[in-house]
Amino acid sequence: MTTATVTTDQPEPKAEKGPGRAGRAKKRLTGRTASLIALVIALLWTTPTFGLLLSSFRPEGEIKTNGWWNFFTDPAFTFDNYTQVLLSDTSSGRLGSYFFSSLVITIPAVLFPVAFASFAAYALSWIRFKGRDTLFVLIFALQVVPLQMALVPLLQMFQAWFGFEDEQKFIQIWFAHTCFALPFAVFLLHNFMSELPGDVIEAARVDGANHGTIFRKIVLPLVTPALASLTIFQFLWVWNDLLVALVFGNGKETAPMTVRLAELAGSRGEEWQRLTAGAFISIVVPLIVFLALQRYFVRGLLAGSVKG
Amino acid sequence: MSNMRKRWLLAAVAAVSVPLALSACGKADKGGSADCAPYADFGKHEDTQVTMYSTVRDAEADQLTATFKDFEECTGIEIKYEGNGDFEAQIGIRVDGGNAPDIAVFPQPGLMAKFAGKLKPASEKLKSIVTANYSKDWQNYGTVNGTLYGTSFDANVKSFVWYSPKLFKEKGYAVPKTWAELITLTDKIKADGIATPWCAGIESGEATGWPATDWLEDMVLRTAGPETYDKWVKHEIPFDDPAIATALDRVGSILRNQDYVGKVSAIATTSFQAAGLPILENKCGLHRQASFYAAQWPQGTKVAEDGDVFAFYLPGDDAAKKPILGAGQFVTAFTDRPEVEAVRQYLASGVFFNERMKKGPFTTANKQADPNNATDPVIKLSMQLLRDDTATFRFDGSDLMPAEVGSAKFWKEMTAWIAEGKDTKATLAAIEAAWPK
Repeated sequence: MTTATVTTDQPEPKAEKGPGRAGRAKKRLTGRTASLIALVIALLWTTPTFGLLLSSFRPEGEIKTNGWWNFFTDPAFTFDNYTQVLLSDTSSGRLGSYFFSSLVITIPAVLFPVAFASFAAYALSWIRFKGRDTLFVLIFALQVVPLQMALVPLLQMFQAWFGFEDEQKFIQIWFAHTCFALPFAVFLLHNFMSELPGDVIEAARVDGANHGTIFRKIVLPLVTPALASLTIFQFLWVWNDLLVALVFGNGKETAPMTVRLAELAGSRGEEWQRLTAGAFISIVVPLIVFLALQRYFVRGLLAGSVKG
Repeated sequence: MSNMRKRWLLAAVAAVSVPLALSACGKADKGGSADCAPYADFGKHEDTQVTMYSTVRDAEADQLTATFKDFEECTGIEIKYEGNGDFEAQIGIRVDGGNAPDIAVFPQPGLMAKFAGKLKPASEKLKSIVTANYSKDWQNYGTVNGTLYGTSFDANVKSFVWYSPKLFKEKGYAVPKTWAELITLTDKIKADGIATPWCAGIESGEATGWPATDWLEDMVLRTAGPETYDKWVKHEIPFDDPAIATALDRVGSILRNQDYVGKVSAIATTSFQAAGLPILENKCGLHRQASFYAAQWPQGTKVAEDGDVFAFYLPGDDAAKKPILGAGQFVTAFTDRPEVEAVRQYLASGVFFNERMKKGPFTTANKQADPNNATDPVIKLSMQLLRDDTATFRFDGSDLMPAEVGSAKFWKEMTAWIAEGKDTKATLAAIEAAWPK
């Protein structure tokens, strides 16, 4: 209590205290022991992935009969798994065409929810209308509904009203992904947008800017980190999704890579050695996206959680 | 910088165009003249489409669609095939969502029976084809409450023991004809320096435990007999009947015998796909697994009586009695358009099965199929066993039991029985308790 009154009178110690505490935390987190622990954890977490990578270059017989660590004592190297997965002319290969379906599904299924959610978040945080907070709570409450519950009704709706066929089924998949992403996306962006200083927006309004201009010129540039982290979240989610793709898109026309990977191993899992190479091929794109947007990611993770 | 960018662009274009070019090559050959005489029965249905959904995928799916080619050309029906490993869960969602496939191939009669209200019964014509082409038993597996819904697709024989003919020849072992001979052989293999005469593995993802249920079913057939087996599967006797406990103890005399299998709990973590492979290196001598295990041997393994691996019939106490455990899939339809009916008739006919067998490994109980079309000797042996009138065939019990038991508790408890050494009585009692009232 007393320290609080002191600090209000003298801003100096408070300013010192802040960095002091942060400094101590920083010291603790960058100390030698901490680094060592972090290194050990990183190694432990990477080992299985590393084993998988080594396995993907081992011949079928070796993968099936002994562990990847035998690579060091008895090295045998082959690209067979990769060529089988990528190039072979039976349906056991040709991951390429599925790769495109994955892109066709993922890009709109990321852009739609991010766009809609940013409009909605802006309206919910900066346009005053009756029942605004109730609406926001309702949208966020939808987060509680597991997507599995919505699969059958949504599919029934599409079948009864539209009856999409073949490539048209992409529309169903985009729609489903967008629906399922919106509650969380609106929540995340709303929290971030409502923390923006009101003065900036007031000032813009005084200058004669309407909501469209404010949204475009002021709000969007300020929430870029949140948009980026949302994009990463959504991209990884959609790219790795198997369930929605299986339910809403059926047939070869709309099958993404996850569907292909799931059947790569054959009817009774007899070709499971291919999964090693398949896993590494499917990991490439998410890795690129993550690395490209990574610097926004940490900033975005904190989006809405701390008052600025 | 701009140079760099150009190079990236070039790489991207190359990455895009290579698979495109490849897929274009794959699609190129269509047309050509097929001999349409065998397909005349199925009529003409120009520009129609039939969707088909099953668990068959990858290489097997390729062979299947290749088989359809002549039929499609001659009848004008395009069969849009889709295979998925998640069939059991997905079929429910699709049917409820109003998106059911025209033709669905059910891997278990028990699951098929669950959808009987939505499936289309077989037409009179289809019934007559089925009566002509299948034995009474196989007709019954596709029948629910007296109505025929499913026609048998593929079949497999589970009562097989895989072994290495080379090892047998080298050591002078003979294929055992009775259970007692099998145990003597096991002891002999052990004495000859192979520390674990049997290899086994029951890990199979969510379905872990199913190979152990097959063991038990095979033993029930051998120690208690087919009549008791039928009662057991239909739950006319409790799951934990003393006769079943005897059978499970018989399974335990091998699977829970450290002298035969090494570390018992390791069986639960060994994948069924990899379980038999040590035979190739003579690290074990015997592996009980179904005929479809033939697909698991690495490329270049010769599956034959004089090859690297082969299978013999798992004998019972009496050489004269030959109970066979097997399973198979069933073709059903959710719609009854004329072209769907044509495909159903086609999928029950000899012309389909003979063509399919020529394309790759495939076993069927269809009487029109010629065992000489088999691509490997184990399939030929299986088909001969399936036709053997002296043999008593029984369908895999766990596939016929209600799903709560057959594809849930039975698997789990058998896994516990092996992994944790759970007591035989307690294991069977726990499964009995899970049976739906």
